[in-house]
Amino acid sequence: MRITCPTCGSRDLHEFHVLGEAEQARPRLSGDFDSAAARAAFTDYVYARRNPAGPHDEYWYHGPCDTWLVVRRDTRSHEVHDVRAARGGDRP
Amino acid sequence: MGFSGFALLKEALNGQRGWTEHWRKAAPKPAYDVVIVGGGGHGLATAHYLASRYGITNVAVLEKGWIGGGNAGRNTTIIRSNYLLDGNIPFYELSMKLWEGLEQDINFNAMVSQRSVLNLYHSDGQRDAYARRGNAMALHGVDAEMLDREAVRARVPYLDFDNARFPVKGGLLHRRGGTARHDGVVWGYARAADRRGVDIVENCEVTGFLREGGAVVGVETTRGTIRARTVGMAVAGSSSLLAAKADLRLPMESHVLQAFVSEGIKPLVDGVVTFGAGHFYISQSDKGGLVFGGDLDPFPSYAQRGGLPVFEDVAECALAMMPMLSRLRILRSWGGIMDMSLDGSPIIDHTPVEGLKINSGWCYGGFKATPASGLCFAHLLATGELHSAASAYRLDRFARGALIDEKGVGPTPNLH
Ligand SMILES: Cc1cc2nc3c(=O)[nH]c(=O)nc-3n(C[C@H](O)[C@H](O)[C@H](O)COP(=O)(O)OP(=O)(O)OC[C@H]3O[C@@H](n4cnc5c(N)ncnc54)[C@H](O)[C@@H]3O)c2cc1C
Ligand SMILES: [Zn+2]
Repeated sequence: MRITCPTCGSRDLHEFHVLGEAEQARPRLSGDFDSAAARAAFTDYVYARRNPAGPHDEYWYHGPCDTWLVVRRDTRSHEVHDVRAARGGDRP
Repeated sequence: MGFSGFALLKEALNGQRGWTEHWRKAAPKPAYDVVIVGGGGHGLATAHYLASRYGITNVAVLEKGWIGGGNAGRNTTIIRSNYLLDGNIPFYELSMKLWEGLEQDINFNAMVSQRSVLNLYHSDGQRDAYARRGNAMALHGVDAEMLDREAVRARVPYLDFDNARFPVKGGLLHRRGGTARHDGVVWGYARAADRRGVDIVENCEVTGFLREGGAVVGVETTRGTIRARTVGMAVAGSSSLLAAKADLRLPMESHVLQAFVSEGIKPLVDGVVTFGAGHFYISQSDKGGLVFGGDLDPFPSYAQRGGLPVFEDVAECALAMMPMLSRLRILRSWGGIMDMSLDGSPIIDHTPVEGLKINSGWCYGGFKATPASGLCFAHLLATGELHSAASAYRLDRFARGALIDEKGVGPTPNLH
C-alpha cells in the first residue's frame, strides 16, 4: 500500500502511522465537563466507531514531513480515494 | 449416529458406509424462541448450551456462509487461561474447564491437546511482570509456573538463548494450555446442537432487524423474514456492520489478523511457545506444519487478507527466537477479520435495543473462549441475567471507565 502525502508525494506504508477513525470531531464544550451530556459526548468520541466496510476517513501521520493527514480509504480493498492535511478543526 | 469405539469397529467392518451427516441442512422456519446470528464457534456453542443446559431447543443459528468459514476455521487454535485481570481470569478458566470435558459433552473428537503454553521473558522487568501474572493466575486456581533459563532450555533447547538483543532469561509455563482442532470444535458443536433439535441454517445472511415499537422481534434474511422472541448476535468481525442495522455504534474496530503454516516436518515444537520481545507465537500441528502468527495489520480492514509488512515483522521475530526457522518454507498464509474491542476484552450483554443481545469483541483470543462464551451467552439469552463468570463484560463499561485492559494500552485497538 502507498499513500500520496500532499507534501511529499507517493510514499510507502512504512513511513506512516495510522491513528484510526477520523469521522468524529472532538466535542467542543464550554462549561461543565462533568455533565451527563459531556460525559456521553466524550465516551462516544473516544470509544464509539462507525467501523464501516467501505470508504472510511482515517488519521494517518507522515513521519518525514511531520504532518497529520486525513486519508479516505476503502476498508475492503485498501484503495486510497483521497488524502488531505488534517485541519485545526479535526485535529485528533 | 453416535461416536464410540464400538461404532468405529462396526464401521471398519461395514466399509464405513454407516456414517451420517453431522447436521441437517435445515431450512428456516417462520419463528423461533431464539435466533442466533453467526454460525461460528460462539454462535454454535451458544446453541448447544441453550439446548443442553437450559432446555431451549426452538433455536436457529443463521450463518451467511458455511459453518467454519469465519474466524472459527481460521485461527491458530491456541487455548489457555493465563490472564492477569480479575474480570478475565474466572471466565477463561471456566472455558478451560469446559474444554477439558468438551469431547464427552458433545460426543466429538475436538482434539483438545493440553500440550502447554510457554511465554518467554527476556529481561528482569518482564520476569517481574510475568511473576505477577502467574501469581494472579494462581490466586484464581489456574496453574502457573515460573521457569528459569535452564528449565526453559530443557523443554525447548532450539531457541536463541544468547541472542544479543533478546536473550531468553526464562518463561511462564501454563501446563493446561494447548491447542484444539478448530474445525472439529465447530463441527462438534453444530452436530451436538442439531441433535437436540436446533436448526443450523447456512447461506442465510441477516440483512436487517424486524422492529416493533423499537424492540427487535426478528430478523430479515436472504432466506426470508424470521421472527424470534430474542435475537443474539455472535458475528465476530462483522459486529459493527450488523449492529449498525439496529442503529448502534459499537466500541469496536475490525482488523485483519494473519496466520502462517510451514511445510510439514518431524515433531519439533512440543507445546505453544510465545516470544516476549515482539509479537510472535508458534506451535506444531499434528500434521507436522509449524503454525505461527503475530500482530494485526494496523489499519481497519474487512479484506480477510493481510499485507506483507506484518509478515516481515513476524518473520523477523521468528528468526530472533528460533533461528533454525530460516530454512523452512511457508506453505500457506491467510487472514481473518477480528472484532477488536476498544479495551481488548469481550462483550456479552444486553444492548440498548430491546430483544437484541450481543456477543462480540473477541479480538484475537476468541477461540479459547468458545465454550465459556457459548455458555455465558446462552445463560443471558435464556434467563436475561448475566452469567457470574462474564459479569464484567458489559457494553456500558466504556462509559463507566471500567475498562478491562489486559495490556494497558488504552483505546487503541491495533495494539491490544
Ligand atoms: C489468524 C487468526 C488466528 C487466531 N488465533 C487464535 C488463537 O490461537 N487462539 C484464540 O483463542 N483465538 C484465536 N483467534 C481468534 C478467534 O478465531 C476468534 O476470536 C473467534 O473465532 C471468533 O468467534 P467465532 O468463532 O464465533 O467467529 P466466526 O467464526 O468469525 O463466526 C462469525 C460468523 O458470523 C457470520 N456472519 C457475519 N455476518 C453475518 C450476517 N449478517 N448474517 C449471518 N451470518 C453472519 C460469519 O460468516 C461467521 O461465520 C484467531 C483468529 C485469526 C483470524
Ligand atoms: Zn509527507
